[in-house]
Amino acid sequence: MIYKKHTQILIALVCLVIGFMVSTQIKTAERQKSINVQRVEDLSDRLQNAEKENERLNAELKIAKESSGDALLTKEISRLKLLSGEISVEGPGITFIIDDSKVTSKPGENNNLYIIHDEDILRVINELRAAGAEAIAINGQRIMGTSEIRCAGPTVVVNNTRIAPPFNITAIGNPQVLESSLQLRGGVMENFKFWGIKTEVSKSENIKIPEFKQGRPFEFIKPIEEKTEAPKDSVQGGAKP
Amino acid sequence: MTYAIAGLIIGILAGVYCPFYVPKEYSGIFSVALMAALDTGFGGIKASLEGLFDISIFVSGFTVNILLAAFFCYAGIMLGIDFYLVVMLVFGMRIFQNLAIIRRLYLKK
Repeated sequence: MIYKKHTQILIALVCLVIGFMVSTQIKTAERQKSINVQRVEDLSDRLQNAEKENERLNAELKIAKESSGDALLTKEISRLKLLSGEISVEGPGITFIIDDSKVTSKPGENNNLYIIHDEDILRVINELRAAGAEAIAINGQRIMGTSEIRCAGPTVVVNNTRIAPPFNITAIGNPQVLESSLQLRGGVMENFKFWGIKTEVSKSENIKIPEFKQGRPFEFIKPIEEKTEAPKDSVQGGAKP
Repeated sequence: MTYAIAGLIIGILAGVYCPFYVPKEYSGIFSVALMAALDTGFGGIKASLEGLFDISIFVSGFTVNILLAAFFCYAGIMLGIDFYLVVMLVFGMRIFQNLAIIRRLYLKK
């Protein structure tokens, strides 16, 4: 009887363990399921929140950009672009066309005297600049500080591009001043006329000058950091390299 | 019989109310051990119906089966072999066999 009772208790113990295991397993499996569902819900919730936050911040950023120094910065950038010739410009000015002379050279005379050289063009450019031209182009090539004007056989090289006569020089500035600077007595036009080189000046209220395309990278120059106080109206760091 | 049912009920209740969950990394081992325990339980019922029930065989079989199944599963994880599938299969088949025998013995009565 005692042995039998022992047996019963042992059986009960085994059954207890089995029951415990079964219910624990079921519970765990259920929790796993609910965790997965919860996780999905939680994540979608968070995603929605993040999207809302993103939208809000974007709007804020837009407002901040419009109101703060960024506007100044944009202004500064456009000013610098204008200075560096990186954008095409238009305005009143003149068109100056020169073409090679059609006069046949007399025997024993130098043919070179009757054709246009880089020096002639340089003199024209110099004259126009002296007369306050703000933008100059030759046959569509914008003339900037680094532009070269050089003879290359029968053609002229400007901004690494070969151009040939007739040369169409456009300049933006005060049309009257520009025109008279060229028509100066003993000036460039008179000189050209002497050699039979054809010239033609026309004033225009709307001259379009293309942008400077040869923006070559600087290899050698570096800015020197100056400790002096920057002018108040210019934005520091506006022209980062 | 009453003892066994009472033990089962107490065990289930304890499992429900005890704040114990199987950690994820051991869930495979635990499920295999559960299969072993169920198999031993049905084996015990079968043996008692056949009149061959021996408490020492029952208890030792219960313990050793569970431990061995768990160990198999653990070794399988270590070796990268899905041993627990084999163990599950074996115990599942044995449970079905035991249930079939129990059913027949009950019908014969």
